[in-house]
Amino acid sequence: MSGPVFVGLDIGSSRTKVAVIDAGRRVLGHAVRKSGTDFSATAAACLDESLEMAGTRRDGIAGAMSTGYGRANVAFVTTQSKTEIGCLSRWGRDRFHEAVTIIDIGGQDNKVIKLDADGRRASFKMNRKCAAGTGAFLEEMSMRLDIPLEAMDGLARQSLEIVKLGSYCTVFSATEVLENIRHGKKVTDIVKGLFYSVVKRVLEMDSHAGRVVMTGGVVAHNPYIVEMAGEMVGRPVVLPDFPQLAGAIGAALYALDETDPTGIRNDIPAGETNG
Amino acid sequence: MAEEKKATRKKIQAADRMNKIMADYFYGLNEAATTGKRKVAWCTSVGPAELLQALGFAVHFPENHAAMLGATRMSTDLIPEANAIGYSPDICSYLTADIGAYLKGITPLAKAYPGIQSVPKPDVLVYNTNQCRDVQDWMAWYSKKLGVPSIGVTSPKNVNDVTDAHIDDVTRQIEALIPPLEAIAGVKLDMDRLRETVSLSRECTELWKRVLETSIASPAPLTFFDGTIHMGPAVVLRGTREAIDYYKVLLAELEQRIRDGVGAVDGETSRIYWEGMPVWGRLRQHSELFANLKSTVLASTYCSSWIFPSFSGIDPIRSMAKAYLELFIVRSDRYKEGYIKEMLEKFRIDGIIYHDAKTCPYNSNSRYGLPGRVEEETGVPSLVISGDLNDLRCVSDEQTKTNIEAFIEQIAEGR
Ligand code: SF4
Repeated sequence: MSGPVFVGLDIGSSRTKVAVIDAGRRVLGHAVRKSGTDFSATAAACLDESLEMAGTRRDGIAGAMSTGYGRANVAFVTTQSKTEIGCLSRWGRDRFHEAVTIIDIGGQDNKVIKLDADGRRASFKMNRKCAAGTGAFLEEMSMRLDIPLEAMDGLARQSLEIVKLGSYCTVFSATEVLENIRHGKKVTDIVKGLFYSVVKRVLEMDSHAGRVVMTGGVVAHNPYIVEMAGEMVGRPVVLPDFPQLAGAIGAALYALDETDPTGIRNDIPAGETNG
Repeated sequence: MAEEKKATRKKIQAADRMNKIMADYFYGLNEAATTGKRKVAWCTSVGPAELLQALGFAVHFPENHAAMLGATRMSTDLIPEANAIGYSPDICSYLTADIGAYLKGITPLAKAYPGIQSVPKPDVLVYNTNQCRDVQDWMAWYSKKLGVPSIGVTSPKNVNDVTDAHIDDVTRQIEALIPPLEAIAGVKLDMDRLRETVSLSRECTELWKRVLETSIASPAPLTFFDGTIHMGPAVVLRGTREAIDYYKVLLAELEQRIRDGVGAVDGETSRIYWEGMPVWGRLRQHSELFANLKSTVLASTYCSSWIFPSFSGIDPIRSMAKAYLELFIVRSDRYKEGYIKEMLEKFRIDGIIYHDAKTCPYNSNSRYGLPGRVEEETGVPSLVISGDLNDLRCVSDEQTKTNIEAFIEQIAEGR
């Protein structure tokens, strides 16, 4: 590998994501790990893993930017940071040349970001501090149902008759789930009901102008959620190539911008077209 | 955002003088209550304080006390005391913090002012529901607990235009308070004294307005966070000479800052309007957060709510009624939208932040689509943050920070 690379580090409260891109904005390497308690150590491991995948080393880094809850913990590679909302917007502006609504479902929070046709951020919303509609909700429910998180997508797809859950609240939902089990409802239908609840919660945060795109770890592992969201929105919802890395890629793009005084480099064709 | 560098709050020199007059006020109240030399009235923030002062009462403002509980971060531990006796965590956290403090027998006054042991025991409780129903329920609890009467004004709400019918109604209600208050005070109302008090309130209010309007300047010399502290005299000492003298001093200092080109925030790059209550327990953090982002929160509905242009010594009671009704919190969304739009223009605002306070729907103006309508008409971007005035259990610092940083980023990138 030759040529400089640009690194984006997204230190989320639940997962750490790192993306390595080149000057042509192609994703060359990436890594995702549980953030754990030592954010710096996890970030270092992710960084080296993704650099190796990109065929380079730390001395090949021409710029780096961090984001996420732990963004201050990666001083060993960069002290520059942007918010997750900024990075997701930067990613969206690079990937789509039309008005988009980005719906990001993270481990602890959700975000709905609207970009206008010029890629400018028109508005954003974060969920209120509540687990409803987040990855934390699904994690809690997978524990209650005693099924592995990875199995949920497959189970939901088998459902023929959805069990709808009514409550906002994770604790109340858990009670509803148990009640449905007692009444002999199928696990597949309950899991689809949980997905439905997640989709409802995020869709009701805002209106959905333009193309709708979903990002974040939850949709990366449960793409059925994106299909369900498409049905509810009434048009297909885009699931990009690296949904969980969108923020990290956005951070890497910011790092690239910093080296280019003219700012946004939308003139170079992107390595991937779908996101 | 880029590297964290610490910005500090710039001290306002007049603060020492303010602290002194506030101390005098609290010691005066304490003396009235402990010696019985003067009768003590408790009054809600925009209740008929002028009438009480003209009748010679020493006036305590429970909301001011509750804000102190919030600012000293005592409130979050006290609120559950009131929750436990049936006052929901969803209702006003001023009410729950204040009642909680009473139940536990503690007050921030004791720490701030050595020698004061408790809030001043009232002889009468006086409310005006122009702001919310909670104040009436709040006074009702003390009334039962302490065996003192609770009387007040029940105001119309969601008023579009304040009409004579509204003013007649509230005027009559204020007049009806006079006989029972005279009986408690043991004096007859001296109309000349009322006229003078209302005139002083008017003067105070005008100076306070000029203080706030210094922030029309760029860079703005005063932040919202400073304003919430420096409005103390306008809240508790309106109708007195001390408040007027104080605001003259403060105004001179801020005008000097303007002449010297000194802003409250160094290198001001964006100008923000704050709609809603402050998060009392986070004043310092929020002030520093914005300062680090080189943004000045320089105007607010909250601080501007103590401007009463209708006070007049000519027809004091009717002018009080009008002033209490014209208040932002009493008005319809139609009025509020017009008001906010004017403020955004007057202060050349780049972005507006709405604080949706969990326990105060009355000061949370983001719940009926108002931010979207204002943004559509003005093009000024908006952000709604969730939090609370006093209950820090409803505040997520990380979310607040991310939201505000992303908002300032958005404003910068939108240029
Ligand atoms: S207006 Fe809000 S904060 Fe003030 S007393 Fe009423 S409920 Fe409490």
